[in-house]
Amino acid sequence: MGKLLEVKDLAVSFQTYFGEVEAVRGVSFHVDRGETVALVGESGCGKSVTANSIMQLLPMPPAFYKNGQILFEGEDIVKKSDKEMQKIRGNKISMIFQDPMTSLNPTMKIGKQIVEGILKHQKLSKDEAKKKAIEMLELVSVPQPEKRINQYPHEFSGGMRQRVMIALAMVSNPELLIADEPTTALDVTVQAQILDLMKQIQDKLGTAIILITHDLGVVADISDRVIVMYAGKFMEEGTTDEIFKNPKHPYTRKLLGSVPRLDMDRSESLHSIEGTPPDLYRPPKGCPFFDRCDEAMIICKDYMPEKEYHTDSHYSYCWLNHPMAKAASEGSEI
Amino acid sequence: MAEPLISVRNVKKYFDVGKGKTLKAVDGISFDIYPGETFGLVGESGCGKSTVGRTIIRLYEPTDGETIFNGKNIYKLSRHEMQEVRRDFQMIFQDPYASLNPRMPVIDIIGEPLDIHKAYKNHKERYSRVIELLELVGLSEEHAQRFPHEFSGGQRQRIGIARALALNPKFIVCDEPISALDVSIQAQVVNLLKKLQKDFGLTYLFIAHDLSMVRYISDRVGVMYLGHMMELATSEELYNNPIHPYTQALLSAIPIPDPEIQRNRHRIMLEGDVPSPIDPEDNCRFVDRCRYATERCRKEIPEYREVKKNHFVACHKADEILKG
Repeated sequence: MGKLLEVKDLAVSFQTYFGEVEAVRGVSFHVDRGETVALVGESGCGKSVTANSIMQLLPMPPAFYKNGQILFEGEDIVKKSDKEMQKIRGNKISMIFQDPMTSLNPTMKIGKQIVEGILKHQKLSKDEAKKKAIEMLELVSVPQPEKRINQYPHEFSGGMRQRVMIALAMVSNPELLIADEPTTALDVTVQAQILDLMKQIQDKLGTAIILITHDLGVVADISDRVIVMYAGKFMEEGTTDEIFKNPKHPYTRKLLGSVPRLDMDRSESLHSIEGTPPDLYRPPKGCPFFDRCDEAMIICKDYMPEKEYHTDSHYSYCWLNHPMAKAASEGSEI
Repeated sequence: MAEPLISVRNVKKYFDVGKGKTLKAVDGISFDIYPGETFGLVGESGCGKSTVGRTIIRLYEPTDGETIFNGKNIYKLSRHEMQEVRRDFQMIFQDPYASLNPRMPVIDIIGEPLDIHKAYKNHKERYSRVIELLELVGLSEEHAQRFPHEFSGGQRQRIGIARALALNPKFIVCDEPISALDVSIQAQVVNLLKKLQKDFGLTYLFIAHDLSMVRYISDRVGVMYLGHMMELATSEELYNNPIHPYTQALLSAIPIPDPEIQRNRHRIMLEGDVPSPIDPEDNCRFVDRCRYATERCRKEIPEYREVKKNHFVACHKADEILKG
């Protein structure tokens, strides 16, 4: 399967009163058809900005593309006009958001909101569109869809609203679905339902998913590949197994260590990461994780590490993984 | 076991929602909290766990029931007596952004409980107490004159903790103290809470929906569903041998950060959502989503009883499930 989306050296900044905030600082990745890629990181690390820039959803100004390309099916999204974007948004790329309470229009019946999306992108009559809306609600397992399309969002529970959001996103059978913290606002039992639904839909329709989340449990559940992001940069990327079994970057290791596991002894203390992420008004010259890292070296402060490949699918940015660093640490043991 | 620090007996809290309807947020809950332990309370949103936390320290007036602290039912105390008792109860809130007054410098936020209870002789003593508290939670004297907006979420939660500690309380209700924080910061705050508990012999009621975190921090855990306590046991027992069908489903829904386990585990999928707590019927609250439900579950509220030593369950089928 070919590359559906390819992001090359993307940098996005915000121009503010206090200066430029470098939210995303040169990231490259790709998404294949039908796969799920998870983007993980703490709040403010730039994961949502990355996703929104793929949809051109950032308000410009203050945001602007500083550098890079976003190739979707070979065409550069950065260069597209608003009109051209409208044909892609909701049609070829769709998005679902964290908060299902605020992303639906409270004054419009559910059915009308879905029909609106269908009519925008497909040449169907109103009746056909309505039929299609019912089909979509069936797809996402909303019970009694004929009755439900005549109800308003407040008559739906949180989980049901997120199902409606997914139905809305899937109306045009998009190639790519961007899910920005889709289950963060939901309870665990409902979260399990929604994740299951997303997997089912992906199996049925072959949609590629970019999943943005900070919950490593959710990542382990549904993603094929994982990208770990910190302070606007990628720290590590690999298949889900590689990242969880063999993390190469100290930040990934710390992140995995800071969540309590169900099989862990209660007398152990959690590995907290001391300090806070750096200020992106003046991003650090070297590795952004430098001042919170236990294994930091002098070089980390001033020089950004180079990309080191561990396998074809697994790379990290850390000086510890540099061949020279290995030689030095072996030397020091003698 | 030692004498309980707090005994909650059949506490009910109903809210009138108009048109003659009642929202039964907490509907007859009993449990004990022992000195020095962390009691975890879990459940999905709307199950009444926060209402329990607030009712047992009498931030809400209960509809019925009693909470015994130091041999006295605190709901019977006068305003004046209650104020004395309140020194021993404190609360840490979920939202570190909304629970600190944005117009007050940190020194006054932490000093306010001291002012109210007149816990110092002169200003020097007040100042040194506030600095002492700041240092306890990992902040320093230089932070005293700053305002809340100058701090990150994790630091704000530390200020909230310092304020809760100001009067040397015995019992602290932590209402989702970490759910607004990033994972790396969550671990910092949890480690701090654990350390303070060891140093000062504090007792916590830890309310959360993050089940793996609750297991990690709590000695005993209660599971709530729609205003009822469904199951209560030590945290090892509850997580290893859950009896109530709801607890079983809840535990199997936790995503585990390990792809191999995640792929191979069997999940109990719950259908539907939590029903409305407004005028619920007199049946097992979980009946519509339960895979073991029978006619009896629709007619009677199951009794909350001890099925194993120190393991309480409210389920008609508990004995059958226990036998396997």
